[in-house]
Amino acid sequence: MTCAERSRSRRLPRLLGAALLLAAAAPALAQRVVTLGGAITEIVYALGAGDQLVGTDASSQYPAATAALPKVGYYRDFSIEGVASLRPELVLASDQAGPPNALAQLRQLVPRVVVLPAAPTLEALLQRIDGVAAALGRPVEGTELAARIQDEVKRVARAPAGRRVLFVSSRGGRLEAAGSETAADHMLRLAGASNVMAGERGYKPISGESAAALRPDVIVTTTMSVAARGGLDAFVAQPGIAVTPAGRAKRIVVMDDLLLLGFGPRLPEALRQLQAGITAAP
Amino acid sequence: MSTVLQDAPAWSPQRHVAPQALLFALCLALPPLAIAAAASGAVSIPLSRVAGLLAGVPAGDDQAALWRNVLLEVRLPRIAFALVVGAGLALAGAAMQALFRNPLADPGLIGVSLGGALGAIAAIVLGATALGVIAPAAMVGSLAATALAYRLGSRQAGVAPLLLAGVAINAICAAAIGYFSFRANDTQLRNLTFWNLGSLAGARWDLLAWLSPWVAVLGTLLLRDWRAMNALLLGEREALSLGFALSRLRRRLIVWCALLVGPLVAVTGTIGFVGLVVPHLVRLPTGADHRWLLPNTLLGGAIVLLLADWLARIVALPAELPIGIVTGLAGGPFLLWLLARRGST
Repeated sequence: MTCAERSRSRRLPRLLGAALLLAAAAPALAQRVVTLGGAITEIVYALGAGDQLVGTDASSQYPAATAALPKVGYYRDFSIEGVASLRPELVLASDQAGPPNALAQLRQLVPRVVVLPAAPTLEALLQRIDGVAAALGRPVEGTELAARIQDEVKRVARAPAGRRVLFVSSRGGRLEAAGSETAADHMLRLAGASNVMAGERGYKPISGESAAALRPDVIVTTTMSVAARGGLDAFVAQPGIAVTPAGRAKRIVVMDDLLLLGFGPRLPEALRQLQAGITAAP
Repeated sequence: MSTVLQDAPAWSPQRHVAPQALLFALCLALPPLAIAAAASGAVSIPLSRVAGLLAGVPAGDDQAALWRNVLLEVRLPRIAFALVVGAGLALAGAAMQALFRNPLADPGLIGVSLGGALGAIAAIVLGATALGVIAPAAMVGSLAATALAYRLGSRQAGVAPLLLAGVAINAICAAAIGYFSFRANDTQLRNLTFWNLGSLAGARWDLLAWLSPWVAVLGTLLLRDWRAMNALLLGEREALSLGFALSRLRRRLIVWCALLVGPLVAVTGTIGFVGLVVPHLVRLPTGADHRWLLPNTLLGGAIVLLLADWLARIVALPAELPIGIVTGLAGGPFLLWLLARRGST
């Protein structure tokens, strides 16, 4: 056997393999997909694959088209059988999806389960986009989306230095402030603001008195928290909030929950709104 | 003695049904109910094919392969879980009601449930993520809380101090759970609700493999004590004069209940009301003879939890309700009815 012959005989199976791969990849474009996690669903839509979705979870509320999709429960406690009943070929799940062991069980019922990092950071968002794009067979769109987000995030102006910002949400009637290692804290840092609660870890219940003692210049909160209090005026009038510099000057930035804390493909837009709000809070 | 007489209407109501007949009916009802539950859910499987699917599926039949996987991997372990857990919780409830001679007693009274939840929650907040760590922690919590309640509550005669110690231990456990929830991060907080609300969704064959024999052994031990429980029904002094060593009997029943319920809490979290309500459901029509009450309660508990889980799986398709909501919704009104009935007689 000559050298040339040997290389040709090696190349043939490789070509065959490539053809098989292409054949396998072709139906991937017509997949039935179920997503578990709001940010992942947003990425699927941003990649232009929204029409492949046959179901999603309760946290997926953006874009509006998600309202028409069957919901399999909240992604941290989804129904395994509910997912299986939608006959998906691919499930894109947050690594926070549960209950415990549910993803392992799901793998027995669904041809492909791809698990994506849920961390509220820019890096994890880029990994999510990469993972979703690869699973959907849209690597080019994925690279473009990731590059655009990175570029836009870089161009978001930083909030004026030294502005003290407090993030509060209202859960079950009491205030909770965001310490370090929270989605809210990462957003504040990306926007260049200093979180007055950075010394604490996680979301912590906070009394009116401690909110006052932190003397925030600006308070950031979510639409749901304001609605839970019965409007912006009632929110500002809460004891503690009312006596802070932010409360007295009514410098309250209110943003949509999923936009502000979701770490989906709308991150640059969220950062622009947050930064603008902190810089020129009315 | 007088309290026994006062309690008599609700405690041992007039019999309408022979307990043997109920036992027969429950035995008869269990298999078809289990099969019907196996056939329905988010993925609907024709009832007639359930048995055939278990035997195997022809190659290339994707639909049948999915059905078989759903049956084997998700639904059957869950149904088996519901039966075993329901039976264990209800039986322990009946034993506790006999021991405390109080119709409102349930296994949670001596700290088993909240202690278990505390163990699991502490483990989660301190960084455990694997079930292999969390479940043993729950079991240690269950047994430790019960042991503490027992030690502190058995220094004086009678069950009242034990009851109070249980209330105090439960209060401490609830406070500690509150503290750990306060310390928990976002992810941990979501995992905590699994143990607080209870769920059968974690059903797995490997868990069943050790849970079923465990429940069978402790269930048998409790069933064998029906005479002692009947004697307790007469009153403590009466039981004593019938030759039952009360303090030893008390310790034995508590240890067995804790050992029985601890592992159940460890794998399913705290599922409320089954232990409280099922013994009453059985006692109302058939009377309080523990010889029949205990096996009827065991079967009744299995069936009630099977039905509750079935409901939880099918009312919110394709999502699922937490089972604690279903048992609470059925159990709460029942308890109110029980109290109203007690007041009117």
